[in-house]
Amino acid sequence: MTAGTQVRDLNIETRNGKAIVENVSLSIPPGEILGLVGESGSGKTTVGLALLGYCRSGLKIRSGSIRIGETEVLAKATAIDDLRGKVVFYMPQDPATALNPFLRVGTQLAETFRDRPDEAALRKSLGEVRLPEDGRILHAHAFELSGGQQQRIAIAMAFANRPRLIVMDEPTTGLDVTTQAHVLATIKALCREHGVSALYVSHDLAVVSQLANEVAVMRNGRIVETGPAREVLGTPKHEYTQALIKALPRLKDRAAPIVVEKPETLLSVRRLKAWHGPFEVLHGIDLDVPRGACVALVGESGSGKTTLSRCVAGLHAGLSGTISFRGQELQHAAADRPRDLRKRVQYIFQNPYSSLNPEHTIGRSIQTVIALFERVSRKEMADRVADALAQVSLPKEIANRYPRELSGGQRQRAAIARALAAEPELLICDEITSALDVSVQARVVELLQDLQRRRGLSMLFVTHNLPLVANIAQQILVMQAGNIVEGGNASDVLDQHRAEETRRLLRDTPDFTYEA
Amino acid sequence: MIARANSWFSVLGLEGNIGLLLFLGVVALAVIGPFIATQSPLDFIDAPLAPASPGEWLGTDVLGRDVLARVLWGGYRILGGGALATIGGVLVGALLGIYAGHRKGWPDQAIMRTADAVQAFPQIILVLLFVSLIGPETWLILIMVGFSHVPSVARVARGGAVRVAEEDHIRFCEAIGMPQWQIIAREILPNLKGILLVELGLRLAYSVVIIAALGFLGLGTQPPAADWGLMINENRIAMASNPWPVVVPVLLIAILTIGLNLAADAISRRSGQ
Repeated sequence: MTAGTQVRDLNIETRNGKAIVENVSLSIPPGEILGLVGESGSGKTTVGLALLGYCRSGLKIRSGSIRIGETEVLAKATAIDDLRGKVVFYMPQDPATALNPFLRVGTQLAETFRDRPDEAALRKSLGEVRLPEDGRILHAHAFELSGGQQQRIAIAMAFANRPRLIVMDEPTTGLDVTTQAHVLATIKALCREHGVSALYVSHDLAVVSQLANEVAVMRNGRIVETGPAREVLGTPKHEYTQALIKALPRLKDRAAPIVVEKPETLLSVRRLKAWHGPFEVLHGIDLDVPRGACVALVGESGSGKTTLSRCVAGLHAGLSGTISFRGQELQHAAADRPRDLRKRVQYIFQNPYSSLNPEHTIGRSIQTVIALFERVSRKEMADRVADALAQVSLPKEIANRYPRELSGGQRQRAAIARALAAEPELLICDEITSALDVSVQARVVELLQDLQRRRGLSMLFVTHNLPLVANIAQQILVMQAGNIVEGGNASDVLDQHRAEETRRLLRDTPDFTYEA
Repeated sequence: MIARANSWFSVLGLEGNIGLLLFLGVVALAVIGPFIATQSPLDFIDAPLAPASPGEWLGTDVLGRDVLARVLWGGYRILGGGALATIGGVLVGALLGIYAGHRKGWPDQAIMRTADAVQAFPQIILVLLFVSLIGPETWLILIMVGFSHVPSVARVARGGAVRVAEEDHIRFCEAIGMPQWQIIAREILPNLKGILLVELGLRLAYSVVIIAALGFLGLGTQPPAADWGLMINENRIAMASNPWPVVVPVLLIAILTIGLNLAADAISRRSGQ
């Protein structure tokens, strides 16, 4: 047996000759995991797919060599069918779309095996990925399983034929921290046990630092730095790596306390209960947002934090309790609220790819908001739009662009600009950085902190990202299963963590402990 | 979404462009026809069913009128009427469908179940029912042809609207309390322009066929005016003597329909529906 996977001078370009990946060389010993880190558009996924001899349409592999064990992937003689699933396996980002919703999990798992396995073998493979070995899961459909369970099935499939190499494309991005911690531990153990190498493609430095033996950092199609994880992430030599690490929020950071002349409660929620159909998902929530403060709502997916924020925004039907803004009780549906209050409370969505109307220019989206609340002249409108864009450091030419012409970070800024155009007092931010790269995320957080200081903006900040919360919030509320289990000043919650749930979240959060 | 491109030509691809050319060719013939016709469509110029000859390029019909002149004069009513009825029907259907898809609840149920009931009648039967009750009035034909498109367009628009209404940009509009008509007309409608353009093309082809069929049945344009559908009916008994007054209108309607279908297919492929 030869050693692991060797990639030599891989070049990938578009059909009209534009280089996408340039001179990439990687080496992964058996049983080890290489973390391929980079931001969106760096070419990391393209490299990952190339290891399966695959290119997206419009791209082609120009030169290079990819050797997995004794197999040369790029050789003409190599049959793709003998390669994929047997020598190299691909694990996609979203297991929910990778599993066929019409087939039982057991049927799909059995299909991956080279020789048709009996039920005992299937159960054994479930046991390997720490799923219960009884037949229940084999007979279930994918949608009956949780995200974590689905991803474990995907791992079981990946290891089914004991391939030489598994390419993993951000397989834990959609999972919450606790599930992610368990899935990562399973991957690591299985790789070591069976001598399988893995390429772990990710933008998440904290995750890679926990998982990978070696790290390669990609930027604009080139590898800028590579080496043992501890060295690359601990004492990075390349300035890009340093910038990436610096952009990462750290748990030990703390947001600056706010200074207000007259402390006042801006938003106050009492005994809020909410239902999804017949199910009660919020069980009597009380919360206060002081003027000028940023209050973070943290919790796992399904804890009810987004539902709570939607209730405050008037976007959830089916709730009881009172929501008051500056002492004035708010109607439950946004449409019933007086115009003035709709203007003062603005909501920013998680996904900037769907929160801007793709058929409108950015300028028109912003104008629509202003026109809804005020009558302004044409001239003033143009100024207001430019002003809103300036507040989020976007040039005013962006007003004439369509969302599809902007990057993810620019879109999220545009979405923030649109909310600011209404001149709100309270911003509700629903996981607004989770779809963004770390460096972009850092800039968006800086922008929000700045707005908070300059404009006295209050924020309800919903997230599962604890290090980020430490950076931006003065108060933290921890949610679990529709209840607030702990709340108070950010430092108290993060340092003393009285509630079991807080301890668990903190324990499972991959924190970046190296010093830059 | 239809990608913004410099020209329709590059957007539609070969088949789409052929379709568009066929469609525009027939439209051009119908629109400029009355201006280039050298004969009146109503004058008796020769013996009935005279064969094609120089000066009477397609011969004469059963009553001895010039076929070429009647072909040139007989298209604009069908096409113009078809276009009016289609635009009206698609617009009403789209707005109703989007309203149903966005509003949900009982209005959705009411609109869509009514659409089901209307759709139980074949389009031509529905139109015939009213035309035979009230009479072959042009306004009635246009309204009924347009109306007959409403249920199926509403269904397509509702499907699209349900999907778009779930997107965050529509939620945002709801959160800032935008009036519903504005959400429907300015926010959701532009997102459905791809599928609605496809509907417009297909429905126009149906409209033309229905209006021609009414003419054939004697319920559309009344004699002695020229009309492609009417021409087919008037002359079909004499096809053996002079086939042109039947063949040419049939071909023109066929070319128009095929052209519209090709173009609509291309648009629908482009917009990924």
